[in-house]
Amino acid sequence: VSVVGRAVPHESALLHATGAALFVDDLAVRQAGLLTAWPVTAPHAHARVLALDAQAARREPGVAAVLTADDVPGLNDTGLARRDEPLFPHEVQYHGQPVAWVVAASEEAARQACERVRVEYEPLPAVLGIDAAIRAESWLGDELRLTNGDAQAALDAAPRRLSGELRVPGQEHFYLEPQSALALQDESGLLLVHSATQHPAQVQDVVARVLGLARHRVTVQALRLGGAFGGKEVQAAPFAAVAALGAWRCGRPVRVRLSRALDFALTGKRHPFLGRFEVGFDDDGRLLALRLRLWSDGGWCLDLSEPVLQRALLNCDNAYAVPVIDVAGRVCRTHTASNTAFRGFGGPQGSIMIEECLDRVARTLGLPPHEVRRRNLYRAGARTHYGQPVEDAERLERLWSELERDGDYAARRAQVDAWNLQTPDAKRGLALTPVKFGISFTTAFLNQAAALVLVYADGSVQVNHGGVEMGQGLHTKVRQVAAEALGVRLESVLVMPTRTDKLPNTTPSAASSSFDLNGAAVQRACETLRERLGEVAAPHFGRPAAEIVFDDGRVFAAGAPESALPFGELARRAHLQRVPLWAAGFHSADEVDLDPRTLRGRPFSYFTYGVALAEVELCGLTGAWRARRVDILQDAGLSPSPLVDRGQVEGAFLQGLGWLTLEELVRDERGALLTLGASTYKLPGVGERPERLHVRFLERAARPGAVYGSKGVGEPPLLLAFAVREALRDALGAFGARGVVELPCPSTPEVLLRAVARARGRPL
Amino acid sequence: LSARDAADGGFTFTLNGAPERVEGVEPHTSLLKYLRARGLTGAKEVCGEGECGACAVAWVAADRAGRPRFETIASCLVPLPEVAGRELWTVEGLSHGSTPHPVQATIVAAGGSQCGFCTPGFVMTLFSEYYRADRGAFDPATLAGNLCRCGAYGPLCDAARSLGVPSAHDPFVGRPAPEPLPPVTYGATGRRFLRPRDLRGVFEALRAEPDARLLAGGTDVGVDVQVRHARYPALVSLSAVAELRRFEQGDDALELGAGLTIREVQERLAGRWPAFEELCRAFGSPLVRARATLGGNVCSASPVGDASVLLLALQAEAVLCGPDAERRLPLERFFLGPRRTALRPGEVLTALRVPLPAPRVQRFFKAARRALDDVATVTAAFALDLDARGRVERARLAFGGAGPAPLRVAAAEAVLQGRTLDRQAEADVVATLREALRPAGDWRGSAAYRVALVEGLWRLFRQAHGGRS
Repeated sequence: VSVVGRAVPHESALLHATGAALFVDDLAVRQAGLLTAWPVTAPHAHARVLALDAQAARREPGVAAVLTADDVPGLNDTGLARRDEPLFPHEVQYHGQPVAWVVAASEEAARQACERVRVEYEPLPAVLGIDAAIRAESWLGDELRLTNGDAQAALDAAPRRLSGELRVPGQEHFYLEPQSALALQDESGLLLVHSATQHPAQVQDVVARVLGLARHRVTVQALRLGGAFGGKEVQAAPFAAVAALGAWRCGRPVRVRLSRALDFALTGKRHPFLGRFEVGFDDDGRLLALRLRLWSDGGWCLDLSEPVLQRALLNCDNAYAVPVIDVAGRVCRTHTASNTAFRGFGGPQGSIMIEECLDRVARTLGLPPHEVRRRNLYRAGARTHYGQPVEDAERLERLWSELERDGDYAARRAQVDAWNLQTPDAKRGLALTPVKFGISFTTAFLNQAAALVLVYADGSVQVNHGGVEMGQGLHTKVRQVAAEALGVRLESVLVMPTRTDKLPNTTPSAASSSFDLNGAAVQRACETLRERLGEVAAPHFGRPAAEIVFDDGRVFAAGAPESALPFGELARRAHLQRVPLWAAGFHSADEVDLDPRTLRGRPFSYFTYGVALAEVELCGLTGAWRARRVDILQDAGLSPSPLVDRGQVEGAFLQGLGWLTLEELVRDERGALLTLGASTYKLPGVGERPERLHVRFLERAARPGAVYGSKGVGEPPLLLAFAVREALRDALGAFGARGVVELPCPSTPEVLLRAVARARGRPL
Repeated sequence: LSARDAADGGFTFTLNGAPERVEGVEPHTSLLKYLRARGLTGAKEVCGEGECGACAVAWVAADRAGRPRFETIASCLVPLPEVAGRELWTVEGLSHGSTPHPVQATIVAAGGSQCGFCTPGFVMTLFSEYYRADRGAFDPATLAGNLCRCGAYGPLCDAARSLGVPSAHDPFVGRPAPEPLPPVTYGATGRRFLRPRDLRGVFEALRAEPDARLLAGGTDVGVDVQVRHARYPALVSLSAVAELRRFEQGDDALELGAGLTIREVQERLAGRWPAFEELCRAFGSPLVRARATLGGNVCSASPVGDASVLLLALQAEAVLCGPDAERRLPLERFFLGPRRTALRPGEVLTALRVPLPAPRVQRFFKAARRALDDVATVTAAFALDLDARGRVERARLAFGGAGPAPLRVAAAEAVLQGRTLDRQAEADVVATLREALRPAGDWRGSAAYRVALVEGLWRLFRQAHGGRS
């Protein structure tokens, strides 16, 4: 009975649906004597704090403490790569930055007291946006550059060239659960911090650092997250530090739970990018050279901006073979909240550039963009611009052909063209786009994971691993792996809350690799246990250990299932025989190896591929549009949990669609965000789901070496939303656009109507 | 406790089948915050402005025949005392022992939860839908008031489609009809919540609490309270005032009580007033429509104001009632500017009178960034009477988002007089509209885009009703 590969619901689905699943703030309200922390936020994007007077606030009813830099026993810093993130700043670096936190008996009391904290500021000039940063040469870190040849020579030699630029917008994570933390002190002075974090070990590090404690005195638990999408990879830490500091100072449980508006104002987004490109190509639309310069808006501190930019450089080929690439980029330092990881991690921003180039090349040549894309796909034997062989590159062609066939591309192309001739004020568009996405942390040491599996003498199993469940179904898949590897039923396995006191120094759950890493570690631990149990079973059945079968909670000699022992009975006997019934597992993706200076090497364990075919209809009178049909064919290897993976693919696609067409962050001239909530920042709703959405997984796609032949699919399908963007551009072409069709992002109805007006030669 | 608090006492409601007594809780406290503090943490706070549905709960309300039905609402927008006398159900109350409710079981099986944070809200939306007496084939727009950032809409729609029908033994079937809402006089921590049963009580309340905030469905006031942290000495709720809930179709006018919710308007006018159906479908989300009232939408005097625009095109009159007198005002004269109306202090909008017979051709259009549940960029309502030869006898063109308040464009109406809806008329109206309208731009839409939308919506209308000629 195979458990891996079965379509099972999320392991907490019943708890989700009955309201019994608890999140950090649900744990908080169950604490007696709970205090709530609320920030005093700065009304400037850049300013010096001249004076801060909290005396009046401290006298307000219900106030337990007003936390400032003076309260920090350890280091006043929560930075990741550098010490560049003061928890209590002397110089404000973005609009809304907290300068102090009030801790009070209720949110209401804390909010009121915040208004009584008097802060004097000296406003300073602010750098807002990429263009201002380029002008001011305001940078974070050094230029990153990756090249595999003489791009200038290749451009000079190319029969044709074009150049252009594209700006891609930021995106708010809008995890439904805002940043939350709850800190408790136990009787021995140890701290327990419940944090909605993708990276418990980093929260532990930061809390210990701020409190001046050794890490072993701080335990961080991440029970489950109400969405994260990268926004809680490193940015949960400061809020956990505030809660911990409050609990430390007040001796009572303290929670932080940002309101939606605060979460918008205080936390970073997907990095906006500016790309300037120059491509050389031939008359058939084959790319010969690409020179790409990228600028990302990093916000006020480094955070994860460097690896995000690095991945943009690595992903700027998307799925296409370009003989010579010269790509370089810089992170702009600006006075906004620090931009951070977001599903795709720079990959979408890098890949969209070459999609833009290909479309422009095709329209410049008067060739169908569909054909030009296909001609440039990676073929078997190819290498990327960073030198890694494109393993399984032939899958791209296979995915493309299968989706063309299953999506009935040729016939629908004709139908769309015919329909468009009949309807002057509405046009349909059709486009197919591919994705190749490298899986691994490009920071090599992060590619490790550990697990601790416990078998109790009744045969029930607890699994501990370092990964965080944030909706991606990691625990569901891990549970399947443990059940499969031990040959027990799913119900016999519990995946325990993720805690730093079970496994130390863990890696964040990110980079689409948390199942690859943690799943493999769990599998190893389970295999160790199964070997030990096999040795116990062998004499009982009088057969060698290799012939003992573990299946569906029963243990028997191969070919003799009728004389099976229940797994629990075997566990009991093993315990009586003093066989250890717990085991650790460890996995390290040793193949990952990237030269941090040249960015050449093997940054990825493997590539995940996918293709999407989108059909849209665009109204030329209002700019309104809808996706009539989207077909997705995804390479997930052997999907270990198809229901979970389908959710990942659809969800990522919809987030990509939101990023490219709907979601828009608007700031005023002072750098304050105007879109601070769900009424002004629109997420994709049920109405944005294509009328017909077909998701299929590539068959015969097992990947040797990965956990049960699977591939990571958390991030790659986000880039499949490019198909929608290109379909919209196809529709714009039908409105009469000639040559290059510029389509700014996000392509909201206003942007689209302006593009229609340009295409018709009557600009708005 | 001040003397006033002591006099104001507490109130009761039914929570998951058990009586619940509330005393001493600050009256602005949202139902959501109360439930969570009470340990019922299935409802989540995500947006605090009724947009996402993660805080959804259901209460029992009477349909127009007085029969009970479940209404799913956003608990973040409901001031706690508003539940006085209500029967309220939260996600925790639906399952029976260890047996999940059919809606819960269906969502689980379909893979409808990923991170799980939005799931209780979807459960509550589908819970009310499951018991809806006239439930037909599933319409995805049913879920427009619930957001899922993980993007599980597909499985959630699958779940909704596979819902069966309630069994006869279902404990939620055949519940007693709700009693009329009791009046409420409640106070705590120096602030009050008053829910009079009639207009006279409202005027008394406003006399006693001149700085009170009037509250109809609370979908606007709730946002002020939750997001902008507004606090008032008193909240005066109109939801128990019977006089505001009239629905009377006379010979010369249709009178719509200002307190009718958008959902009630939708149900009562279904199949009879196509433009109202278009309006109601485009209005907020099901969760908002269950609370938002026609009068509240008009009084909010938003420049885009969905209902106001249609009512303008239908030449509705506002019926305004003060303690001493009632007056009627054409709606055009009701709007004085952005969020400013002709309501005098102490006066209440009680009804909207739509003159009959209704225009033969009437349409409502809403252009917004998102397909469902979004603030409009531009709204348009067109109402025409045509003679036997298709010539315009009377035209009314109203727009929202095209000026400081919802407005009609008389010049464009004049252009159409006596003409057929041909392409030339289309073009002439476009020229007039472009001349007449000078909307301000904002980040929801630039001025040029708003003008283009006015033009585009008019052209859509004209082409739908005048054809290609």
